[in-house]
Amino acid sequence: MSETAHGSSHHSAHHIDVKEFHPRARAAIHNPQVRQNFRKAMDGLMSKRKSAFEGWDLETLRDLGANIRMRALASLPDLLEQLEQKLTENGITVHWAADGDEACRIVRDICVARDAKTAIKGKSMVSEEMELNHYLEEQGIEALESDLGEYIVQLAEETPSHIIMPAIHKNTGEISQLLHDKTGTDLSNDVEYLTANARLQLREKFRNADVGISGVNFAVAETGTLCLVENEGNGRMTTTVPPCHIAVTGIEKVVPKLEDVTALLALLTRSATGQHITTYFNMISSPRKANELDGPEEVHVVLVDNGRSTIYQDDELLDTLRCIRCGACMNHCPVYTRVGGHTYGTTYPGPIGKILMPHMVGLDEGRHLPTASSLCGACGEVCPVKIPIPDLLVRLRQESVDGDKLHPAKVRGHGAKRSGVEAMIWKGWSWMHARPGLYRLGTSLGARFRKLQPGKVGAWTQYRTAPKLAPKTLHERMKERGQ
Amino acid sequence: MSSRDAILQRLRNRTGGELTAPECDFSVLDRPDWSTAERLDMFERTIESVHGEVHRTTESGWIDRLAEILQSRGAQTLLIAKEHEIGQALRSATKNREDLPQLLVYDEPIESWQEALFNEVDAGITSTRGGIAETGSLILWPTADEPRLMSLVPPIHIAVLKASELYTTFHDAMQSQNWAAGMPTNALLVSGPSKTADIEQTLAYGVHGPKELIVLVIE
Amino acid sequence: MVDPIKVYPAKPSKVYFYGTCLVDMFYPDAGMAGIQLLEREGIQVIYPEDQTCCGQPAYTSGYHDEARAVARAQLGLFPEDWPIVVPSGSCGGMMRKHYPALFKDTSDEVAAAEIAGRVWELTDFLVNVCHITLDDLGEPTTVAMHTSCSARREMGVAEVGPKLLGQLKNVNLVEQVRAEECCGFGGTFAVRHPEISGAMVSEKVDTLVDTGAKEFVTTDCGCLMNIAGYAEKNQKPVTGQHILSFLWERTSSGGEPS
Repeated sequence: MSETAHGSSHHSAHHIDVKEFHPRARAAIHNPQVRQNFRKAMDGLMSKRKSAFEGWDLETLRDLGANIRMRALASLPDLLEQLEQKLTENGITVHWAADGDEACRIVRDICVARDAKTAIKGKSMVSEEMELNHYLEEQGIEALESDLGEYIVQLAEETPSHIIMPAIHKNTGEISQLLHDKTGTDLSNDVEYLTANARLQLREKFRNADVGISGVNFAVAETGTLCLVENEGNGRMTTTVPPCHIAVTGIEKVVPKLEDVTALLALLTRSATGQHITTYFNMISSPRKANELDGPEEVHVVLVDNGRSTIYQDDELLDTLRCIRCGACMNHCPVYTRVGGHTYGTTYPGPIGKILMPHMVGLDEGRHLPTASSLCGACGEVCPVKIPIPDLLVRLRQESVDGDKLHPAKVRGHGAKRSGVEAMIWKGWSWMHARPGLYRLGTSLGARFRKLQPGKVGAWTQYRTAPKLAPKTLHERMKERGQ
Repeated sequence: MSSRDAILQRLRNRTGGELTAPECDFSVLDRPDWSTAERLDMFERTIESVHGEVHRTTESGWIDRLAEILQSRGAQTLLIAKEHEIGQALRSATKNREDLPQLLVYDEPIESWQEALFNEVDAGITSTRGGIAETGSLILWPTADEPRLMSLVPPIHIAVLKASELYTTFHDAMQSQNWAAGMPTNALLVSGPSKTADIEQTLAYGVHGPKELIVLVIE
Repeated sequence: MVDPIKVYPAKPSKVYFYGTCLVDMFYPDAGMAGIQLLEREGIQVIYPEDQTCCGQPAYTSGYHDEARAVARAQLGLFPEDWPIVVPSGSCGGMMRKHYPALFKDTSDEVAAAEIAGRVWELTDFLVNVCHITLDDLGEPTTVAMHTSCSARREMGVAEVGPKLLGQLKNVNLVEQVRAEECCGFGGTFAVRHPEISGAMVSEKVDTLVDTGAKEFVTTDCGCLMNIAGYAEKNQKPVTGQHILSFLWERTSSGGEPS
């Protein structure tokens, strides 16, 4: 039993120091390969998304997406119970995990009960959140990624740098070298060749795996159905060939009606990769039935909380849980494009990462996440479920500095970024700017003594000339005019 | 207290205000009322753009077309379902013609012949429960008779689609066929041969699912 | 997010002018140009003397108590039911979009919402309320428009700048690639994450230079300082102006210097 509502796995030795955002950002910015790979990739994804939505009333479609997700969240506990009931009726075993650690143990226990030694995995960001692969390896269970991007990342012993395209930070040459070094393929920039080899190598693994582990894109309460999107076929292989299928999902992924998935699917694939639909849309509602000839004999679903029920407490922060994990936000983010996914040091990078991860790792650990944004709003503009990401970033900044006595902060690690010095500066600034006479005095003095203005103003003048104070303020000029 | 109870309790005792469920209007998904011909054109265009192959044929001509296609691929074996009329028709046809590959019937649990399925079957043929024009998708509804792996493992998947069962949108299909009344073990939308863009966003076809998806449209 | 439908008022006889602190201290010419453009349209401009700052810098830094204190000092400046015009997408956005949230659960909630509803970005006001027509008296030039993120996404005025510039017959308006991408200013972002901001402004300047334009214009002083300041320090062949200064210069003969 576990009372913890918040996440973060403690068992892994694979811990990345989230606080070290700045040095990683610096390194990424000065790495021409990273800059080039991401610029090209993001430009392509943005353009594809735009084309895919041509002819759509996109604003109305996004409204529908937001409403569907809000409708689900409005009755989340009831929905989860309904989902559990339907899944169970259908023969699927439902497990609940308070956090990532517990979820890992549940998966292990299922494997142990079946004497399972090898697991093949479809892509699942929740499993990354849980750091499931490392945990299973420690427990003596091999966990092999079957999605090509995840497979590449696993071979490189890295983490995904994007939630949809895990190996987006690598170009063809880098992948070719990696596959050559780790699996013996020829050095080749022929993508067909590299892909054909992956197919060959993974086919054996599908056949022999004891357990298949997948994520879930949407879980439908009405029918007890797990929906998955994919292009490669590895998801279907993972959920059909091994004798046992374990699906892991965040608790927020449930929707009430089967009809809901039609709109969410239309939004998801176009927002993510600019595809009208993925090659496969897989809808699983039970294990193999008595008269059926294939499919897993056991299907399990692990419902993972890991901080989501805490986010759920707050009316504003709740919007974070609408997310359908499309990745459009990071595709359009000028910060993500410059620093790449690994800079964030968190499971989910980019804008969604910045509003989600502070709840999981805390605002102390994740201190740089809420400020790593110019609040340009490109993310919020493309979010298929209209999450007000810039507003949530400002909220998290307020939480980081305990900046609002009217709305006391509550997010884990709140106040971690409040510094005595900065608070004093804002108090002083506020004191002056709330007193018009003082403000006018201060600014006209500034104008008068502008020649004394320093030429170097910290980080600003590293890149730019300092802005120049005008000889007379607008206030002074208006006074002269008699206005 | 179990994690289940703790999670549900936390969700139920939330500190915020009351949450209201907004109305959900699906009419934005509607498309103009297309004729079957228009739907078929849209379906063909869309699935071909992702390397699906469409052959328009008839009740009387599909076996000839199938034979041609499989010969051109050099397919030696074709997996069929046991009871379905497609399989029945092919078994009758084989009695009178030489140009069809060897028919294998999927009538045993996979455990007993997995090796053969993965290594000896060149193509599999399944029915469909219709298709979706807007996205170029086939509706697959595997059954005990047409198991799931038929349309996944063999490198060539041939799907038989009736033109009269083409819907314009996914929403149309789902509502018309009333899926919510009962879902099978595994329902699927299949919209092309398998592919990936994970290597520098360059498209490559034929990953873990079939390398070729061939649709026989019965008009 | 952008108002899906903006209900513009009829052209009024009077407006309040909210200059913004950056215009006040660094670009008063732009403020003066805006005022003169309005006066030329026959509108009397009221400049509340006690205006200081909209409070945005503290707001986006998370110091909401301080932001509220400063913002509260602005609320009493606009007692009459006249439009409030602001020569900035960013400050306009703060007042129009964020004041209601900032004052939620306070006794100023109603007043803040009422004021927010009267706030208009100045170029938007000139085009869609004044229906301004411009007569170009300047020399031929090529110019690029930098629409700030707040102008684009909070105030919904991406089409306004090009409309205004399109009226100037001797101005060749060119568009830079990735025009919608942020210039990297983001207020305190530029000093909290200087390398990322630097990388963003560097690319923005490159795209502007690539258009062949020697100058760019914008509604926002923050972007202006950022982009022009980078270009100046790194000797890039592009300079910048506030769009109001540019418009006034090109459409007035002599008169008050801008």
